[in-house]
Amino acid sequence: MAERVTQEPDRQEREAQAATSAVPSAGSDGQPVALQTEAHGQKPAAGTREAIYDLDDVGVTYGSVPAVREVTFPIYQHEITALIGPSGCGKSTLIRCLNRMNDLIPAASVTGKVSYHGQNLYDDEIDPVQVRKHIGMVFQKPNPFPKTIYDNIAFGPRVLGMDGNMDEIVESALRRGALWDEVKDRLKTNAFGMSGGQQQRLCIARALATSPDVILMDEPCSALDPISTGRIEDLMLELKENYSIVIVTHNMQQAARVSDRTAFFIVDLKGEESHRIGHLVELSPTEKIFTNPDDQRTEDYVTGKFG
Amino acid sequence: MEATSAGATGAPRPDLYRTRTRRSTGEAAIRYALLAAALVSVLTTTGIVFSLLEETVVFFGDVGVGEFLSGTKWTPLAGGESQSFGVVPLVFDTLYLTGIGLLVAIPFGIGSAIYLSEYASPRVRRILKPVLEVLSGVPTIVFGYFALTFVTPEILKGLGLEVGSFNALSAGLVLGVLVLPTIATVADDALTAVPGSLREGAFGLGASRMQVSVRVVLPAALSGVVAALVLGASRAVGETVIILVAGGQKADLTLDPTVAMQNMAAFIAAASRADIPTSGPEYGAIFAVGTTLFVMTLVLNAISIRFVRKYRQVYE
Ligand SMILES: Nc1ncnc2c1ncn2[C@@H]1O[C@H](COP(=O)(O)OP(=O)(O)OP(=O)(O)O)[C@@H](O)[C@H]1O
Ligand SMILES: [Mg+2]
Repeated sequence: MAERVTQEPDRQEREAQAATSAVPSAGSDGQPVALQTEAHGQKPAAGTREAIYDLDDVGVTYGSVPAVREVTFPIYQHEITALIGPSGCGKSTLIRCLNRMNDLIPAASVTGKVSYHGQNLYDDEIDPVQVRKHIGMVFQKPNPFPKTIYDNIAFGPRVLGMDGNMDEIVESALRRGALWDEVKDRLKTNAFGMSGGQQQRLCIARALATSPDVILMDEPCSALDPISTGRIEDLMLELKENYSIVIVTHNMQQAARVSDRTAFFIVDLKGEESHRIGHLVELSPTEKIFTNPDDQRTEDYVTGKFG
Repeated sequence: MEATSAGATGAPRPDLYRTRTRRSTGEAAIRYALLAAALVSVLTTTGIVFSLLEETVVFFGDVGVGEFLSGTKWTPLAGGESQSFGVVPLVFDTLYLTGIGLLVAIPFGIGSAIYLSEYASPRVRRILKPVLEVLSGVPTIVFGYFALTFVTPEILKGLGLEVGSFNALSAGLVLGVLVLPTIATVADDALTAVPGSLREGAFGLGASRMQVSVRVVLPAALSGVVAALVLGASRAVGETVIILVAGGQKADLTLDPTVAMQNMAAFIAAASRADIPTSGPEYGAIFAVGTTLFVMTLVLNAISIRFVRKYRQVYE
């Protein structure tokens, strides 16, 4: 509790800091900012957009086996950033650095800096529990708790001690998760009785209920049919007005449809030692990645010539 | 019809008929051998029930069922006038001793289980779990003398409690220590079986480790944890030696834990050694108490099975 209180006052300072640091990094990858802004029409003007994350030379090692290395890129507020690349290139490993989920794997160790609003998430004084209160996560396989639909949503607000009318919090989260109409008459039934697509939207709504700033999604649609997938994609486009989203996906069309910016990772598992570690090839606006990428390997991958 | 049309295509018809080979005879023999193995325990149980019931029926010829089940004075081995067969104090003491034991074993057992499955590093776990498992294999006579020669004189009297040399408190506490590892290891198995994805989901929402353990993992493993508690409880209800050695030889209807208490199993053991005629109600009382104990544990297990079925959570 004490830590939460002491952290709040310098939050504005942090954000101010992040805003200033965002400008050079936004310019540095030389991307056509105006195009992004026009295409979606909801963005703040180019100059005011903030990088919420700045990854600087991030590497992750499992025991003594490195999984990803030398990852440096920013993630912008109110955007959807997609991470793509062949299996094993470290997308899940990397996205789990963004809310310190890697802490749950004892063997994993992270090097480099993962700055979030100017604070390195891997600093000693950072409390991972506090981090995850601001940065929610949705997983590949829907993982509702074996509780009622209502209790699934209320879980986060309850553990965070959020005040306010719980019924309203639950309803609003389910509405934002585009699930309210389907489940409003059976809130007190077990969540395991829902379809896979509904369960996944429940997990998204559950993450929204705690009002995080960022939502991380690791292949959220890989277990779903096209209709559920479409719904979740629509939902993501709605959500980015208020949240920043990072999504890992194997579905190129999905990355192209929803994301503003795409990071392409690569790994050559059969190659020489240094190539067996996943690394970033390029991060560009999604349109550029899919039409005119800087790197030949990106083009080969997105056009299906590779991997 | 079929055969002719199939034959018409010219393909040789495969032989699908049953034939008797050495292999098939062997298979059948193994099958019956396994069935026999399974029957051994069923038959033994049936035998036990019959031998219990036989003597119990004889006993109820001497002592009325009502007198036995509702009498509040249990002095079956006393001679003459003061002999009385009211089983209520004995049942009460059994439950009371079990209660003291569970008061120790449930919090510490569940606590250890949560520590092992949610907090301990893999290395600590690799050491602690086997230690607990070994502890649950220590002969109970060791625990009995530990209660009698250490807990009662050194700890309880050391704390200034006025306890008898045989007392319920000491026996009950050590009974708790006895069943603690059982509860801890079985509950730990249940907790570790909860899929990691549920923990990740909860951690991802900003829950602390304690919140994840208590609000997600424990409820998700509820049926297994209850099974652990029932297993511990039935072990405590049926425990003989600790109570025999440290609890004492009489069963009174009292809430005072500083005096001697006896449970049903310890009565059976004590009475079997006592010098009593094999034809009188004293002898029959042993079987009547045995039957009662049998029924009690049966009910306990039946409740737990129902509970486990009701709350079982199936994870693929
Ligand atoms: N818990 C772990 N322990 C050890 N190694 C791991 C662990 N998780 C991942 N790895 C290794 O790290 C590398 C990157 O794995 P990661 O799961 O991040 O890949 P990914 O890009 O998400 O792949 P996919 O697209 O198949 O999900 C792989 O070589 C993998 O074997
Ligand atoms: Mg992955």
